[in-house]
Amino acid sequence: MNKEEYPSIGEVRYTETLPNGLRLVVVPKEGVAASYAAFATEYGGAFRRFRTGQDWLDTPAGIAHYLEHKMFDMPEGNNALEILSANGADPNAFTSSGMTVYYFESTRNFQENLEMLLKFVSTPYFTEESVEKEQGIIGQEIRQTEDSPGFEVYIQLMKLLYDHHPIRDAVAGTVESIREITPQVLYDCHRIFYHPSNMTLCVSGDVDPQEVRDIALKVLTPEPGTAPEPDFGPEDLAEPKEKRHSMTMEVAAPLFYIGAKFAPAPRGEELLRQKLTAGLVLRLLFGSSSDFYTEQYAAGLISRDFDCEADYSAGTATIIMGGESTDPEKVYEEIVKTIEKNLRFGVNPRDLSRIKKASIGARLRGLEDVEGVALSQVDGTFGGYDPLRSVEILPTITAEECNEFLKQVLAPEHLVMSLVLPKGR
Amino acid sequence: MSGPVRKEIIPGVMLTVVQSDRFKTDCLSITLLTQLCPENASKNALIPYVLRRGTGKSPDMKAVTMRLEDLYGTEIVPVVRRVGEIQCTGLYASFPDSRYLPEGEDILPSVTDFMGEMLLRPKTRGGLFLPDVVESEKEKMKNIIRSRINDKSGYALTRCMEEMCCFEDYSTMRFGTEETVDVIRYKDLTQHYHRILAESPVEIFYCGACDPDRMELLMLQALSTLPRQELDLELGTDVRLNSVEADPRSVEETLDLQQGKLVLGFRLGDCMEDPSAEELAAIRVFNECYGGSVTSRLFKNVREKLSLCYYASSMLEVHKGLMFVSSGIRPENRDVAQAEILQQLDSLREGTLTDEELTAAKNSLSSAYRSLRDSQGALESYYVNNALDGLLLTPEEMAGLVDEITAEDVQRIARSVVLDLVYFLHGGAPEEEDEETEEEGEVIDE
Repeated sequence: MNKEEYPSIGEVRYTETLPNGLRLVVVPKEGVAASYAAFATEYGGAFRRFRTGQDWLDTPAGIAHYLEHKMFDMPEGNNALEILSANGADPNAFTSSGMTVYYFESTRNFQENLEMLLKFVSTPYFTEESVEKEQGIIGQEIRQTEDSPGFEVYIQLMKLLYDHHPIRDAVAGTVESIREITPQVLYDCHRIFYHPSNMTLCVSGDVDPQEVRDIALKVLTPEPGTAPEPDFGPEDLAEPKEKRHSMTMEVAAPLFYIGAKFAPAPRGEELLRQKLTAGLVLRLLFGSSSDFYTEQYAAGLISRDFDCEADYSAGTATIIMGGESTDPEKVYEEIVKTIEKNLRFGVNPRDLSRIKKASIGARLRGLEDVEGVALSQVDGTFGGYDPLRSVEILPTITAEECNEFLKQVLAPEHLVMSLVLPKGR
Repeated sequence: MSGPVRKEIIPGVMLTVVQSDRFKTDCLSITLLTQLCPENASKNALIPYVLRRGTGKSPDMKAVTMRLEDLYGTEIVPVVRRVGEIQCTGLYASFPDSRYLPEGEDILPSVTDFMGEMLLRPKTRGGLFLPDVVESEKEKMKNIIRSRINDKSGYALTRCMEEMCCFEDYSTMRFGTEETVDVIRYKDLTQHYHRILAESPVEIFYCGACDPDRMELLMLQALSTLPRQELDLELGTDVRLNSVEADPRSVEETLDLQQGKLVLGFRLGDCMEDPSAEELAAIRVFNECYGGSVTSRLFKNVREKLSLCYYASSMLEVHKGLMFVSSGIRPENRDVAQAEILQQLDSLREGTLTDEELTAAKNSLSSAYRSLRDSQGALESYYVNNALDGLLLTPEEMAGLVDEITAEDVQRIARSVVLDLVYFLHGGAPEEEDEETEEEGEVIDE
């Protein structure tokens, strides 16, 4: 396996692409009690239309998430979640717009658990009855999400920003769309997207990389696969069609998300650099030491829940900032003012160097947790970069790059706002 | 990692150090312990938020945050917790370890200094907290209290706790109520701050590479001006063993929502009469078997077998001797769900727990204990919580106790548990008949 060392942060990383195409990453952490493994496919809620042989297949909204639920059923009639749990692991899975990740953490029997993880995720087994039965469970999961104002404010923001791209739809689909799901279409999706060549296995913990590799070679098919061809629809509009959406729900105070979409950098280190730059710019303009944050906080217009981030998924990139406020329109105005000021005068280099220091500390903190380390490697694998290089790259990002990012991405005309307002006020 | 070193460094100030060079960051918390009560809960809770706003040297939020960023993004956050009927308020810091900083910069003394400064030398005018800071933090706290309806599952759980313990101080939430926040005045708050500073027992927890002796020295410096008067050593939690009424009480409320939220509140019962560490381990294993994991009865039956919900789980508040079962269901399935939840408890009382179920529960729980040592945050709350109970076992020792629990232990706990109150939150009477009938197709009757 390929070994890379990062002496300044005390980390080592092993990587290899196996003959079947699986991208394997191991970041050993000697002495931790629990080790973590993530087996992930680059297939999520936004991958609704894709090629099968000569044809294009359109699948119902929510299928990737439904498939995730049903993967735990085993042909022997038992359930992988229970088997792993009984064996001392803490297993689970999640589906986002861009990927599906199956994972477990365990303090013992790591090899057995890893074998089980690889085995159940590569073994599809669905029956009419079991697929239909899941509708009750997922139906309640969808209802629960729809009752969540945080979800509504997010999904309506995405609908404002994206006119076609399926990222505008809820990952879990709707109670109606999931009724169309059949065993056959689940099998099709599994065949296309769950081949090792479309997947990555990222492990962090007190493990021997060679052993992880041997288990992957033993359990998974040795055959190389063909790359899936997903279709996210026609090119989206450059500018959002609508700039505001508001709805009412049972909330105490208005919730708001302000967002802008932008073109993600191509895969590779360029993408990591763009992500780090985005993080620095957002922290500079809107982070807790910024003029914007401290003034609006003192004025009572934002609170500790105010957050801003750049979200990358399924070929899209989106800036999202917001939280709770008694006067979102005023916050919007202040955000625009902050952007305009920085566009005019450029970011302050002294602030930038302080923010970089803080970001390095945050990165070090992130290395403490095996789950965080492994999941960032999943992102890195699909994005073609190595997240452990962040601490080296951060100091090299210049004020000019930050200014350029600001100009390209955060110009006020790109901004939209989604609101959830309290009922009856 | 060595075992914890625990020492009283100032009267009523306990320092717990878990020394380990495995982490790249350090964590340090200072917690004041006070008795939870409706009169003081909001004041106690507001204090760390006001302290975080500014010190004599760094007089406002911007100055505080810039100083923290210069310390490589050190975080110092206000913490307010409720452990049984003890309210814990204080500051929690997380910061990178010098070994991983450029030129090995030793920021630890700067961090301990800053923590002490924030706790003891806040920004004041004429010796009083700044009125505008107090008012702005009051507004934010009221918003947080109001916003609890945003998370419907959490809201239903809180409401169940409030109703169930309406005659006990436990019904006081950690921030108190909008009303008790509202009446706080900056002068009274300053006085109250001086009082709790002088009278409260203090727990300090540190986990990182620094050795206990140096940490003691640093904390003695940082807290050299901590006032100490007669300490409030009567802190404790009143544990009620039986239900309030002979039959379980029932409370139903409506909000505009699609899903129904069902919460069953139980008293753990006689097993909470001066429980030993072994008994506490048995209670945790019972909870794991009943609804604490994916191999539990509730997950396997209410969710997987009957497809009634996405979640059905039980959680403990051991300090107060309570257990809550929560589930999100279609409102019309309430009776079926409740019956199944209680049926599974009855079944455990009858002793039907299998060896597989017991082993799975014990594995999952002891594994959770063993992995605590990977996370400084988890260790912090483990040791601070245990200190309140006078329990000084390490997570590994707790895991060892879990391994010894038998099926009979679980059965004994199941028999001890008493249902006290059932809380149901739902969207009200169904309005659209058509949609309701159409949706029947979702539920699969077994």
